[in-house]
Amino acid sequence: MAVKDYIRERFFPHLWCPGCGHGIVLNGLLRAVEKLGMSKNEIVMVSGIGCSSRISGYVDFHTLHTLHGRALAFATGVKLSRPELNLIVPMGDGDALAIGGNHFIHAARRNIDMTAIVMNNRTYGMTGGQYSPLSGYGTSATTAPYTNIDHDFDVAQLAVAAGATFVARTTTYHVHQISELIQRAILHEGFSVVEIMSQCPTYFGRKNRVGSAVDMMEQYKTDTTPIGSKAKKENPALIERGVFVEKELPEYCNEYNRIIERAMKGR
Amino acid sequence: MSSHIKFLQGNEACVEGALYAGLDFFAGYPITPSTEVSEQLSIRLPQKGGKFIQMEDEIASMGAIIGASLTGHKVMTATSGPGFSLMQEALGYAIMAEIPCVIVNVQRGGPSTGNPTHVSQGDVNQARWGTHGDHAIVTMTASNNQDVFAITVDAFNIAETYRTPVILLFDEVVGHMRERLIMPEPGEIPLVERLKTSVKGGVDYHPYLPREDGRLPMSDFGGVHRYNVTGLFHDMWGFPSNNPEVVHGLMRHLVDKIENNVNQIARYKEFYLEDAECVLISYGSSARAARHVVESRRPRGERFGLLELQTLWPFPESIVREKCADAKFVVVVEMNMGQVLQSVKAAVNEPEKVFLANRIDGVFITDADIRNILRLIRGKGV
Repeated sequence: MAVKDYIRERFFPHLWCPGCGHGIVLNGLLRAVEKLGMSKNEIVMVSGIGCSSRISGYVDFHTLHTLHGRALAFATGVKLSRPELNLIVPMGDGDALAIGGNHFIHAARRNIDMTAIVMNNRTYGMTGGQYSPLSGYGTSATTAPYTNIDHDFDVAQLAVAAGATFVARTTTYHVHQISELIQRAILHEGFSVVEIMSQCPTYFGRKNRVGSAVDMMEQYKTDTTPIGSKAKKENPALIERGVFVEKELPEYCNEYNRIIERAMKGR
Repeated sequence: MSSHIKFLQGNEACVEGALYAGLDFFAGYPITPSTEVSEQLSIRLPQKGGKFIQMEDEIASMGAIIGASLTGHKVMTATSGPGFSLMQEALGYAIMAEIPCVIVNVQRGGPSTGNPTHVSQGDVNQARWGTHGDHAIVTMTASNNQDVFAITVDAFNIAETYRTPVILLFDEVVGHMRERLIMPEPGEIPLVERLKTSVKGGVDYHPYLPREDGRLPMSDFGGVHRYNVTGLFHDMWGFPSNNPEVVHGLMRHLVDKIENNVNQIARYKEFYLEDAECVLISYGSSARAARHVVESRRPRGERFGLLELQTLWPFPESIVREKCADAKFVVVVEMNMGQVLQSVKAAVNEPEKVFLANRIDGVFITDADIRNILRLIRGKGV
């Protein structure tokens, strides 16, 4: 199937700003699904609220556009009730990690089989550029007019600590890596997290004077490095890309099937 | 009648009713005084191949049941006071996206953490207006185990018929009181199964295009039709729209499908109303005390009657008006500051004849409490 067969052309044009990274994420995601040869009927995409979450409207899967931060909770109900479906859950950084932070760590802890994609643009774009939990100390935002004194955290490390069994990171500059990592995340049986750094030139870029969309993508190239590279040892400030964790542990729906077997036997 | 008799708590009677109705997915979070519903279902659901999950909070519990309902399952969650507050946002989502689900709220004293282990009926208006925005909602209640069972089955049937969340508003006394339940035989109470679309795969399918009767034959997630579900106002494909005609049409549909069927959704019981001069109106556990008053006064020739409401929302206004038409006094018996009282006053022709008999101290209202208030109302002193 061609990539364009996975989109709902009727609902285009999309609402993302010129230069937004989210379209690149959509592109990488659809190429991953296409490479895996997945049927549209076996995929459920569940999203929350925000710019990133509108991605679910544009794809021709079963799509569930839910509440701010709650996508993983809704997805848990879909998955546990129909484990044969493939769940893909794109979220923004504020969506996944501020209002949805609790659901994020608990979905990871359960190791329920779904692919969480954190489209990290370090801002609340849809509401006009307020600081998010991943904006970082010293940044500017419409709600941090003097400076941002909130510290960020590392999504990948958080996911690892919470028990996710596949954790990876890349950026919109590394578009082939997006597709490759999402393929591996979908194939992985368990809770997978792929953080994709995605530029918001309209708000984060403008407020922090980091240049155009092209400049921001150029920075993704220069500011990141493959995990464990020599460059990272020489410059610890570089952000690592690649797969942080990939391990086999019992998956939640399979575990629940064992509960059903026990319950049916009477113990 | 079945010879299968159980002795159990109201919370357990609710579990029995839910399983009878076909519940096969439950998500919840522990909270007093509703926890027994979760505990029982964690045992019972996997025994029939169903799923139970304890989520990280009540917000997630609502999200999970909505997700599971979309794949075609009958779903429920159970909570109390603070947990019900947390569920309000996703409750609105279920209304907007037309997701059948049942939400049990075993009421405790509030506001806030309130009085967790004591009885109250203070969430009646929260059930009506807890979530933001204009909307219609179905809320049902019962006063004894047999009725808890039946009304729980009814709640699932109504949720499926109208594709709507239904709130079961029990209270701590009903939830924890142990009494008899005669288990109906399978098939004894009719069950409503979800209306499925007959549109074949590959044909342009409109998940949110209601039939002429207002019902929505939907395809399950994972089936041959792929569509979008959203909490935004949406068109017949389920795609977000702020077109004024679409917004207006959807709002009317969501409200009308419930409000136009108020008498079909109304459940109530009446005792000695034919010639009653004093009509007591009550619901939930307080209706037991009210019934005791009526039945102890009748032998003394005092013309008391009881209207026990089992559907609180949509409020059965015309039924209440009709039942109270010939009464000299109407006394609403409830354990709050007069939440159903307001609806009764709005319904009857002479609101000045409507009085309140209540307790708000976490103590169950007794027939003696009601009698004392009646003496005051009738000008006989205490």
